Amino acid sequence: MPEINMVVNGRSMRAEAEPRALLSDFLREDLSLTGTHVGCDTGQCGACVVHVDGVAVKSCNMLAVEAAGCEVSTIEGQAGPDGTLNALQQAFQDHHGLQCGFCTPGMVMSAAALLKENPTPSEAEVRAHLEGNLCRCTGYHNIVKAILAASGQDVSGIAAE
Amino acid sequence: MPKDSGIGASSKRREDVRFLTGAGNYTDDINIHGQAYVHFLRSDVAHGRIVSLDTSAAAAMPGVVRIFTGADFEGVGGLPCGWQVTDRHGQPMAEPGHPVLAQGKVRHVGDPIAAVVAESPEQARDAAEAIEAEIEELPAVIDMKAALAEGAAKVHDDLPSNLCYDWGFVEENKGAVDAAFAEAAHVTTLELVNNRLVANPMEPRVAIGDYARATGESTLYTTSQNPHVIRLLMGAFVLGIPEHKLRVVAPDVGGGFGSKIFHYAEEAFCTFAAKALARPVKWTSSRSEAFMSDAHGRDHVSKIELALDADNNFTALRTETYANMGAYLSTFAPSVPTWLHGTLMAGNYKTPLIYVNVKAVFTNTVPVDAYRGAGRPEATYQLERVIDKAARELGVDPIALRRQNFVTEFPYQTPVAVVYDTGDYNATMDKLEEIADIAGFAARRAESEARGKLRGLGVNCYIEACGIAPSNLVGQLGARAGLYDAATVRVNATGSISVMVGAHSHGQGHETAFPQVVAEMLGIDESMIEIVHGDSSKIPFGMGTYGSRSLAVCGSAMVRATEKIINKAKKIAAHLMEASEADIELKDGQFSVAGTDKSVAWGDVTLAAYVPHNYPLEDIEPGLEETAFYDPSNFTYPAGAYACEVEVDPETGKVTVERFSAADDFGNIVNPMIVSGQVHGGLGQGIGQALLENCAYDPETGQLLSASYMDYAMPRADDVPFYAVDHSCATPCTHNPLGVKGCGEAGAIGSPPSVVNAVIDALQSGGKAVTHIDMPMSPSRVWSAMQG
Ligand code: FES
Ligand code: FES
Repeated sequence: MPEINMVVNGRSMRAEAEPRALLSDFLREDLSLTGTHVGCDTGQCGACVVHVDGVAVKSCNMLAVEAAGCEVSTIEGQAGPDGTLNALQQAFQDHHGLQCGFCTPGMVMSAAALLKENPTPSEAEVRAHLEGNLCRCTGYHNIVKAILAASGQDVSGIAAE
Repeated sequence: MPKDSGIGASSKRREDVRFLTGAGNYTDDINIHGQAYVHFLRSDVAHGRIVSLDTSAAAAMPGVVRIFTGADFEGVGGLPCGWQVTDRHGQPMAEPGHPVLAQGKVRHVGDPIAAVVAESPEQARDAAEAIEAEIEELPAVIDMKAALAEGAAKVHDDLPSNLCYDWGFVEENKGAVDAAFAEAAHVTTLELVNNRLVANPMEPRVAIGDYARATGESTLYTTSQNPHVIRLLMGAFVLGIPEHKLRVVAPDVGGGFGSKIFHYAEEAFCTFAAKALARPVKWTSSRSEAFMSDAHGRDHVSKIELALDADNNFTALRTETYANMGAYLSTFAPSVPTWLHGTLMAGNYKTPLIYVNVKAVFTNTVPVDAYRGAGRPEATYQLERVIDKAARELGVDPIALRRQNFVTEFPYQTPVAVVYDTGDYNATMDKLEEIADIAGFAARRAESEARGKLRGLGVNCYIEACGIAPSNLVGQLGARAGLYDAATVRVNATGSISVMVGAHSHGQGHETAFPQVVAEMLGIDESMIEIVHGDSSKIPFGMGTYGSRSLAVCGSAMVRATEKIINKAKKIAAHLMEASEADIELKDGQFSVAGTDKSVAWGDVTLAAYVPHNYPLEDIEPGLEETAFYDPSNFTYPAGAYACEVEVDPETGKVTVERFSAADDFGNIVNPMIVSGQVHGGLGQGIGQALLENCAYDPETGQLLSASYMDYAMPRADDVPFYAVDHSCATPCTHNPLGVKGCGEAGAIGSPPSVVNAVIDALQSGGKAVTHIDMPMSPSRVWSAMQG
């Protein structure tokens, strides 16, 4: 089995993996980073979104070997070293943008990529961007609201709570 | 001024921190040293006889530990059904066996035939492909009415037919109902389909069996909404493991919506195999596997008739429903089209005579059971659609017709067995008219029309029976379990508290909301209180979370246990202050003697309980821990009024939900933020049902056509709008200590009819004579209806 090296959340990591191992499985099983979730087998749900060299990817759609030598960031690397939530994570908590939490890592990673590209997206742009991220719990209301809030926009006009 | 802690505060969810940082502990995140992995070989035909099963080549594949087949489970119990329905003639329902692994026959696509345990998931999957299974394909029965036809193939050879039961409710009223129809001034009739759905929690199911040879204890880690129920069903009925030797753990669970209530074959298999192999066995469902092994929801075909007098008063209601059970009876399946459906047919209205007939049918499809709302969405959909149709036929305002027929006096005994304790349906309708800006609809329609679009407004009401339920009542109705709940409040020496609750949180925020209640009662900080749930070895007992029951039933148990704590703590405080117990008051975490300035703090009392040097040992025991079981005396009855506004593109038939408003009466509210979130989620699922979701089978072959997210259309962020929700119209429940009614299912129950009503309104405004479109109202269905 090939040994795969990558920098994950700023730390060099290595493990052996089968050539057919998906990046999602490699992160979860070999690196024990279980924050990245797997919700489907057709690349549709987005629970597995991570960043590879700064680009949001569905880690179930990529082989681990393809990410060899890359910088990978996952949900585990988003909070500050003392555990303080970053602005986007904090907005998800403040606006109740999660319930069961299963879609959440992918949502946060996907939203982070949007805000990097488009720092003040419109509601329609947020909704369009989340096309590849399914959430069954929230009806999306508070996820969209949290992302708009994290971008610094005033969300007080959006129905309370 | 909104509160910032305790009951009524929108406290931020403490569980969010772990979920937002990837520190959640879902079942698939658990790996036990030495575990093996199981892959199930599943039937790819809907109905067939297993002629031969040759596992020898597969067993020789690399990494294979052992292959199990149905033969290994002879003598092991089948999966039990938890509810027995009695039919119109007083006979028990037909109850076929449900083996863990298929024995002799396969009865739906996905039915497990064999289980390969191997060192890695890949090896297990590869070996499963090498099993040679010769299956003689039999004709499949998919359509319910065809399944009941003379000469139809039988799903279960040992049953007389594919009929599970033919239920009449209330059977004695049938004659009076028919007579009222004969005298009616107007009768509106509607035939409709409540489309089959897949619950699709984002976390697929997972099970890990573990067996400790040292103690003889089996442990099952599973994605369940009710670990104690699984322990009871699996231990007592399937594997014969006594409860004290069986632990069931449901850690963080990624959504359930009903589909994780039931006891599944994979749970029993992993527990069984772990003991047989003396090593842990893990199963992780893929999404494709979930589509063919998680219990499905809804799938009713109904005809409903509403009789009105000359003044438009509802005089009688009659319905006939075919309810799909699938190939086997899932845990609570028989109760869904009967007691969770028939009892709600009165809705918010004082219709004096109601008769409900339900024929439950076996077909070669995945078992169907409760999905968010369970029976109540099906009742609400029929009723609120037929009322809308009646209003259009009579040329009256649909809101006015509803208001005219509302129940306005409480308690109200319906003709379908239940007693509504409180409610104010005009108040929620008033609130809806305000938040939905119904007065402004005409202007919005004109604006849409100016852009060449059709705009429609649909309204509906709903009522549901939640807080499931009084055990003696459900026992009479066929439940084979009680439906109380339990909580233990353990106060530690330093004053912090662990509350062990039987409810299970898989998105509902119990870890935040439940402490708010205890904090309010004791006057201490919420952060001193922690909720423990999901582990049968840590909590006293619990029937789990479903039917919007957690706060109403388990929360009530927690209140009762906390009251016991307060009583005992007051005795200790009285002793410490040398006062009479009757004079002790508890406020803001301080015990004081009425009329004096003497007080002791919460922490002094809790310390005294565990360091009882100065303590009334002759009267009370040391320690401060109390348990309560709570069995409600009635259901709770959340109710509300919903409005949907859609735009229909007449060129394509595409429906866009422009506005959705929900005015709910949930009684008292503990955490308004969480309650709104629950409604939002339900609305997303209800809009999904109305416009997008459909679990489809090929009617001839029984192949599952919607077996992945490529074919099963889940609602996405751009399919729904921001919702306007309000729960300020509160008539507190009269019979539980918190006055709460439950909020988890309302959105999914209340939303589909208003979406359909809105589309019909839009099409009729465009001059189309369309009176009904079945869900999901896909562009092609809407477009075709417009042409016809
Ligand atoms: S797990 Fe990657 S998209 Fe679903
Ligand atoms: S929070 Fe449960 S799936 Fe999104």
